[in-house]
Amino acid sequence: MLQIQNLYKTFQRNTINEKTIFSNFKVDINKGDFITVIGSNGAGKSTLLNLISGAIQADEGNIILNKKDLIQLPEHKRSKIISRVFQDPSFGTSPSMTILENLSMAVNKGKKFNLSMGVYKENIPRFKEVLSQLSLGLENMIDTKVGMLSGGQRQALSLVMATISNPDLLLLDEHTAALDPKTSERIVELTEKIVLDKNITTLMVTHNLHQAINQGNRLLMLHQGEIILDIKGEEKKSLTIEKLLSYFDKIQDNQFISDRLLFS
Amino acid sequence: MELWLTILEQGLIFGIMTLGVYITYKILDFPDLTVDGSFPLGAAVAASLLQSGINPFIATILSFGAGALAGGVTGILHTKLKITNLLSSILVMIGLYSINLRVMGKANIPLFQEKTIFTNDLMPIYIIAFITIFMKICLDLFLKTKLGFLLKATGDNPKLITSLGIDIGTIKIMALMLANGLVALSGAIMAQHQRFADVGMGTGVIVMGLAAIILGETVLKNIPFIYATTMAIIGSILYKASTAFALKLGFPATDLKLITAIIVVIALALRYKDIKLPWRFKELLGGGSSATNTESI
Repeated sequence: MLQIQNLYKTFQRNTINEKTIFSNFKVDINKGDFITVIGSNGAGKSTLLNLISGAIQADEGNIILNKKDLIQLPEHKRSKIISRVFQDPSFGTSPSMTILENLSMAVNKGKKFNLSMGVYKENIPRFKEVLSQLSLGLENMIDTKVGMLSGGQRQALSLVMATISNPDLLLLDEHTAALDPKTSERIVELTEKIVLDKNITTLMVTHNLHQAINQGNRLLMLHQGEIILDIKGEEKKSLTIEKLLSYFDKIQDNQFISDRLLFS
Repeated sequence: MELWLTILEQGLIFGIMTLGVYITYKILDFPDLTVDGSFPLGAAVAASLLQSGINPFIATILSFGAGALAGGVTGILHTKLKITNLLSSILVMIGLYSINLRVMGKANIPLFQEKTIFTNDLMPIYIIAFITIFMKICLDLFLKTKLGFLLKATGDNPKLITSLGIDIGTIKIMALMLANGLVALSGAIMAQHQRFADVGMGTGVIVMGLAAIILGETVLKNIPFIYATTMAIIGSILYKASTAFALKLGFPATDLKLITAIIVVIALALRYKDIKLPWRFKELLGGGSSATNTESI
């Protein structure tokens, strides 16, 4: 469904700060997969999402979604079939517009934005129904400006807006990291519900190991631009935090040793 | 009475310009100095077309097109050549000075013999009011369309536009074209009203537009459900009234630009102060209107 092949990305090429993130990176993702992605800072998690969404252009390689190579397409064209929820709750919505107006834009994604009316009254019952599934009471305040909502409410709305047009691929970039633990948990529950209901192929980057283990059917651990751990199926179900931490420790041990060798 | 009529006429003509500045400054968050060039461009195009005997209404509409072109150039400089927004608009403003001179052929065109949109039995105020209100309603309706929604969201959260699958550059160019079209239209009407077009008539227009918007907001922000476009137009009239008042006090006309700058400073300083107006809708309605100013967060 999504194939990433021979992906290369180097930042600040030909300077002293040259940093290669991905070198011949590849991964195959099946339709309907809900994949959690973990890794330490600088592992390339966010860069991977940015490369897929087109926010950053790759140096080389292929990103094939539904048999179509996206690598040459600019970000806004890829956005027609890829949705994304960012860490910052303010990135997914327009704060000076109402919930209704925001949803009306989101539902029109991929279609023409012309001179027809921005809000169709016929859509309101459908919007209210979707919002009521969030159990946040948003369905009773559709004429409220989004700027008045809390971070959690906004992120829930961002999630609804990202998925209401049934994208082929959903990218979640630590989308609960800016929220308090309770809200974060609620948003993760909602994410799982929406993703499974709509059967949207999803990549979720997270720093929360609980989330990484409990959500989804496959787990990828990135380190220095490579997949060092790929757990799926039954193995994923039996995964525990202890096991995962031992993997983390192993990497860090390696680094520690190499550092020690260097300085001895 | 004569004075009030002049204030109203000029305020409404500048009101069209203010609508344009409202699009760029308030909605798009784009400091667009192109306005200082597109206002006289509208006047220049209308004046030279009128001189060659073209129907004044067609000349006025064509001046809208000329302004839109100027705005389009600013937009292309900014989005395609990646020049910062302020600089690209300054470049176009400077360039337009020469273009305006070329269009007019000289620095000043008097319009005493030519037929203008005011050459009929109607009082000018009716024609001006009609055009201004018509443009305001068109803009209000436009902002309720899908495309209008995109325009509003562009200034608010550019990331959202990209994630909706839309090229944000296109929206910016379109908004700048629309805004500068309105400004040029205002210039064309102004030239016909004062019966001359002058290459220097654009100096400080952007500041007048800002003054009108900020003044309108400061004075009218407590009125619930008021359209921002209405505030802009009323602000424009208030601005004209306050300059007229300053002249009445005995300041020479050459002080006008300084007075404009001071009005803007005062209005900006008072913007977040709760001004007590004689009419207090807030209390009448029980405080439900406090959600009108939600810029922050």
